[in-house]
Amino acid sequence: MGMTMTQKILAKHAGLDSVRAGQLIQARLDLVLGNDITTPVAINEFEAAGFDKVFDQSKIALVMDHFAPNKDIKAAAQCKQCRTFARRFGIDHYFDVGEMGIEHALLPEKGLVAPGEAVIGADSHTCTYGALGAFSTGVGSTDMGAAMAAGETWFKVPSAIKVNLTGKLRPFVSGKDVILTLIGRIGVDGARYQSLEFAGPGVAELSIYDRLTISNMAIEAGAKNGIFPVDEITKAYVEGRVNRPWTAFEADPDAEYERVVDMDLSQVECTVAWPHLPENAHSAREGNDIRIDQIVIGSCTNGQLPDLEAAAAILKGRHLAEDVRGIVIPATMTIYREAMRRGLTDVFLDAGCIVSTPTCGPCLGGYMGILAAGERCVSTTNRNFVGRMGHVDSEVYLASPAVAAASGVAGHICHPDSLA
Amino acid sequence: MNVQGTVHKYGDHVDTDVIIPARYLNTPDHKELAAHCMEDIDGDFIRKVKPGDLMVAGVNFGCGSSREHAPIAIKASGVSCVIAATFARIFYRNAINIGLPILECPAASAGIAAGDQVAVDFDTGVITNLTKNETYQAEPFPPFIKDMMEKGGLMASLKAGKAGV
Repeated sequence: MGMTMTQKILAKHAGLDSVRAGQLIQARLDLVLGNDITTPVAINEFEAAGFDKVFDQSKIALVMDHFAPNKDIKAAAQCKQCRTFARRFGIDHYFDVGEMGIEHALLPEKGLVAPGEAVIGADSHTCTYGALGAFSTGVGSTDMGAAMAAGETWFKVPSAIKVNLTGKLRPFVSGKDVILTLIGRIGVDGARYQSLEFAGPGVAELSIYDRLTISNMAIEAGAKNGIFPVDEITKAYVEGRVNRPWTAFEADPDAEYERVVDMDLSQVECTVAWPHLPENAHSAREGNDIRIDQIVIGSCTNGQLPDLEAAAAILKGRHLAEDVRGIVIPATMTIYREAMRRGLTDVFLDAGCIVSTPTCGPCLGGYMGILAAGERCVSTTNRNFVGRMGHVDSEVYLASPAVAAASGVAGHICHPDSLA
Repeated sequence: MNVQGTVHKYGDHVDTDVIIPARYLNTPDHKELAAHCMEDIDGDFIRKVKPGDLMVAGVNFGCGSSREHAPIAIKASGVSCVIAATFARIFYRNAINIGLPILECPAASAGIAAGDQVAVDFDTGVITNLTKNETYQAEPFPPFIKDMMEKGGLMASLKAGKAGV
């Protein structure tokens, strides 16, 4: 019986010729990731167990992004603990304020993830790197701590759902709309413990940034990972970033899938997930009566340069509606600088938005845009759970950068093509 | 091993943001985390919970963020076991790694109500509802996971050179 793309990568890293769904394996890891809120717990476990060395100082990445620049004294202490650990063990890839970015935008940008590699991160959105044809999945801090010592971890080999993509996206429609539509169809536990394997002719119609957004939210369907085949678009992205040999894995023609979901990209509409689950997918056209107080454009889901360009195209020559706050967060310093160079920052400032240094802040209700009771935000982030961005009686509506920008101008949820 | 206590009951898709809101993730301290456990969906939980109590929920318990602070907060609040119809995968892994007993059992999830007195026998996987005089059979752990839990969790297994499958 053939293997899926995920199964082939896992077999390779377990040193096995083949694996089957449900099998427990021990796999070698190419990268272990942590951030400023998950790494302190991992360090405590690592030290309590008495480990005195890491498996490979070049294969650990620590990114200070969630509550950094430090939001308070406790957050500062957590970053300090990570910094001390990184210096003590000579960790090569330690990213702090000034060179950091939001981890899942930063690692691909820096070439720290390549196709065919196996990555775990103590952050649930580590599944983002499936866009590059890597196996990557989120774990907890103890798993991270153990992996920093051992360089390997255990997995249960997942079964798979094949998402067969055809057609081409319409104007204003993006990868965000694709993944929100998919989660709306299969539900927030529709792919629980499984891999989402994207395939079909529609893949070639999706930019690497659309794919990064789609893989990023695989976890929002409960998936272990969400992976794309490696093609010319992938190669163009990793070229000049990844300077080590890498392997493109392909699913076997007779790979077994638990189900196949067909998706015609030309039928995907600008989509908004209503509170309080990412599966509550609605057309952006249904939201004209929903007044909003804030928009957030950024995060590991939608903080890339094309995301900022899509928002700026809507905001250029326009202004946010009265009493709407606009928070724009380029995901990395490189994107930040490029947004300035291309004049996007001016567009945002002219429209009445602020442009922040990279941080996860508002997405998880940390800081930089917390909501009061009764307030609503259209956000390009990934979760709209109760209290996610602030008060338990606030609401988050998940959308693409274009829809968030249009909604900011209109003062209510708005399809970009209905702006005057 | 056996536990017994009063049940705190929740619905489907209880996410880790409501188990421990991110605004409290600026500390890894177990007691501080426990003080805010379930705060955003059950403000009374931390005042009501007694050592040994159980948490019972519907499908996809622990979905969302990978924060290990979530099972840590539940464990440090005194909860002896979480029973759900299904668990999200990262939460499942984290709970085992830190030694918070969890059981998947759709029948128990459906049959048990808030306030019921429930006993769990981890060796047999039998869950007994003393209030309703019912029993439910939970899925047993795979031997590899059982072995890891008996050794005291992932780190203890790794130190013993036995964390591999």
